[in-house]
Amino acid sequence: MSFRSLFKSLLFGVPIGVTFLDSVGYVARVEGISMQPVLNPESKNTDYVFLSRWAVSDYQINRGDIISLVSPKDPNQKIIKRVVALEGDVVSTLGYKSKYVRVPEGHCWVEGDHTGHTLDSNSFGPVSLGLISAKALCIVWPPERWQSLETKLPESRKPISIAI
Amino acid sequence: MSYKTIVRKSSALMGYVIQTACITHCVIEYVGDFVLCTGPSMEPTLETNNILFTEHITPRLQRLRRGDIVTAKCPTDPKQNICKRITGLPGDKVKGYLPRGSQVVPRGHVWLEGDNSDNSKDSRMYGPVPQGLIRGRVVCRVWPLHRISSLTDY
Repeated sequence: MSFRSLFKSLLFGVPIGVTFLDSVGYVARVEGISMQPVLNPESKNTDYVFLSRWAVSDYQINRGDIISLVSPKDPNQKIIKRVVALEGDVVSTLGYKSKYVRVPEGHCWVEGDHTGHTLDSNSFGPVSLGLISAKALCIVWPPERWQSLETKLPESRKPISIAI
Repeated sequence: MSYKTIVRKSSALMGYVIQTACITHCVIEYVGDFVLCTGPSMEPTLETNNILFTEHITPRLQRLRRGDIVTAKCPTDPKQNICKRITGLPGDKVKGYLPRGSQVVPRGHVWLEGDNSDNSKDSRMYGPVPQGLIRGRVVCRVWPLHRISSLTDY
């Protein structure tokens, strides 16, 4: 009898949990050094961030947001980067095939904060907004690193011209 | 009815609604759904107002093949969906429009083309599409009833 009720609560509980994770958000571990110094400032410890799915449900993102997206090179991999430019902006690239790029319609330009140690739009070009999966809001673990993540862009990486 | 019964009954009803909504969400997201197709790009295979059943398991497992018809988010507008046929997988040589001409599909991307090549906005216009945008693989047509048919190659 108790086995049956356990099975029943699993059957109804799992979809509710999955829907919550899909529409509200979830916590994920950040790997790698590409977002230093904001995330993983020392390479030995890893940060856990809260990723909000709610915030990107209508694909509204701002320059400077930290977002998680499906890697254009490998659909099984998720990457975390900062949005540098939105559609229509002109951005000066760092080592991309052309020096200046106008971000096409429905795309954005993402970069890691750790210039030179990151695989980002400078290697794979502008990414489609449809690949964005969530927006990082705050660091939740370890406790001494509790903080919310700010929307900011270094002065040197601001787009050259901003679409109106 | 007392105040308490009303609260109890309405909360039970709420629970059912939430449960049903969550199960529906999971089925649509992970198993499959029905889509209504519009536009001329896939004629004569598909026509406007055909209803298709798409499954979401194959794209998640990256088992897509050349010749599959898939639904994907439009690369230039994520709120729009497109329905096209995969004509090239990573490493294939494909023919696009100028200026780039023929090119090789990069890793993690596919080449999508409509069957109606004269009237289709597809990879020849916006280039290879990242696999992360693909949502479903079309299995069969379910409407109109006299044209029910399987749309897979195998």
